[in-house]
Amino acid sequence: MNGLIYQVQDLTKTYNGKPILRVDRIDVRWGEIFALVGPSGAGKSTLLRLLNFLELPTGGRIHFHDVEFGADRPMALKLRRRVTMVSQRPVLLNRSVWDNVAYGLRLRGQRDAASQIDAALAQVGLTALARQRARTLSGGEAQRVALARAMVLEPDVLLLDEPTANLDPYNVGLIEETVRQLNRERGTTLVLVTHNVFQARRLAHRVALMLEGRVVEVADVQTFFDAPRDPRTAAFVRGEMVY
Amino acid sequence: MEIVTLSLRVSGTALLFSTVIGIPLGVGLGLSRFLGRRLVIALLYTGMGFPPVVVGLFVYLMLSRSGPLGGLHSPLIPALFTPAAMVVAQCIIAFPLVAGFTMAAVMGVDPQLRQQVLSLGATRRQAALTVLMEARVGVVVSIIAGFGSIISEVGAVMMVGGNIEHRTRVLTTAIVLETRKGTFDLAIALSVVLLALSFLTNVLMLRLQGRTFDE
Ligand SMILES: Nc1ncnc2c1ncn2[C@@H]1O[C@H](COP(=O)(O)OP(=O)(O)OP(=O)(O)O)[C@@H](O)[C@H]1O
Ligand SMILES: [Mg+2]
Repeated sequence: MNGLIYQVQDLTKTYNGKPILRVDRIDVRWGEIFALVGPSGAGKSTLLRLLNFLELPTGGRIHFHDVEFGADRPMALKLRRRVTMVSQRPVLLNRSVWDNVAYGLRLRGQRDAASQIDAALAQVGLTALARQRARTLSGGEAQRVALARAMVLEPDVLLLDEPTANLDPYNVGLIEETVRQLNRERGTTLVLVTHNVFQARRLAHRVALMLEGRVVEVADVQTFFDAPRDPRTAAFVRGEMVY
Repeated sequence: MEIVTLSLRVSGTALLFSTVIGIPLGVGLGLSRFLGRRLVIALLYTGMGFPPVVVGLFVYLMLSRSGPLGGLHSPLIPALFTPAAMVVAQCIIAFPLVAGFTMAAVMGVDPQLRQQVLSLGATRRQAALTVLMEARVGVVVSIIAGFGSIISEVGAVMMVGGNIEHRTRVLTTAIVLETRKGTFDLAIALSVVLLALSFLTNVLMLRLQGRTFDE
């Protein structure tokens, strides 16, 4: 291993003939928190779907665990299961909270995982709601269930797409703390999409700016915020970018 | 009593086959995009509104000794005027309904759900099953609609089954016969049985929906 869990090369994605993504190069290191920031429509969610191997790219490759993923090379289930995404809008199954968290484990044939599920629920502060139907939860609670449901699988990589958009400060704090703990204690690699630069600054080790499907700059968090190379990064960080 | 049993046996078997064909077809049409999908859906919608007598005529022509299938004399192909022939006709009536309503139910599930489920490590098959579970209310409705369409159907079973006493006489054809003979009390009694049967199966289905489907 060379310390890189993902190596993205010349990755492109086209929808209906319209190029959406053109990433020449991005690396993600083992055990880091990597933030993707950028305005709406920049292609952040699209990149995450590709990092989760949910769609095939139009061109280029992603090396994951030194296995190649490309237009004609879908990712094997076993490795795909090492990555889990929490989507931009939490989509819960119409079952109890507990069953939602148990879902991914059941897919893997694990039925005797009650203690793991309880632990995951406790970590996001939802033990009391375990029996409640997931569809009746508030937005913040739902997002926390989605996070617990992904965490319980102990993936190598957790992809978080705007995990705190539209949430109140209490839920934001709780989710950020959970993410930090996960990274610190379990060594989980995190790719975090956010258009909140403050959140990127609070959580990330390295940050990348995406604009119109391209990666403009990748730098460690200090450099990204204090001495960016690209003037567009500087503008984005100062909140001057129009979007 | 044997009329009731036969009704249930014929329609139950037909429903079983329709479900086995219709639900996977509905899920496939609801979840995947392929060339000719629109055509298949158009055909399905036509099938949902097909007059049972036309289905009866079609099956009659196919299965009759001089017909394309009846002429084969294969043991796999049922002869006319048997319960098996009635099952075939009822399948053709019910499976488009099961498939059509299942498709609609599956398409009503949040499209992002499938993606989320795949991200959690589902295989394509597991994802399809999960979406089906989410659509369970609609799927049960599709089965109820399928059953309703055949348990109460007269034209096709009459033509294909022939309403032969002790062999192919079912509730609906018996009701027609008794009414014609003027034995209204028997006709009414049979009608009440038919209604009770429909009601009971629906109650059963709803319990199924509430329990097994709701793990
Ligand atoms: N399945 C799809 N089919 C067609 N176009 C798509 C599809 N998915 C995304 N797009 C387009 O790709 C572009 C990038 O979308 P994407 O969701 O990746 O942006 P984003 O950076 O995540 O934005 P936001 O911050 O608003 O979530 C958008 O213009 C969108 O319309
Ligand atoms: Mg997005």
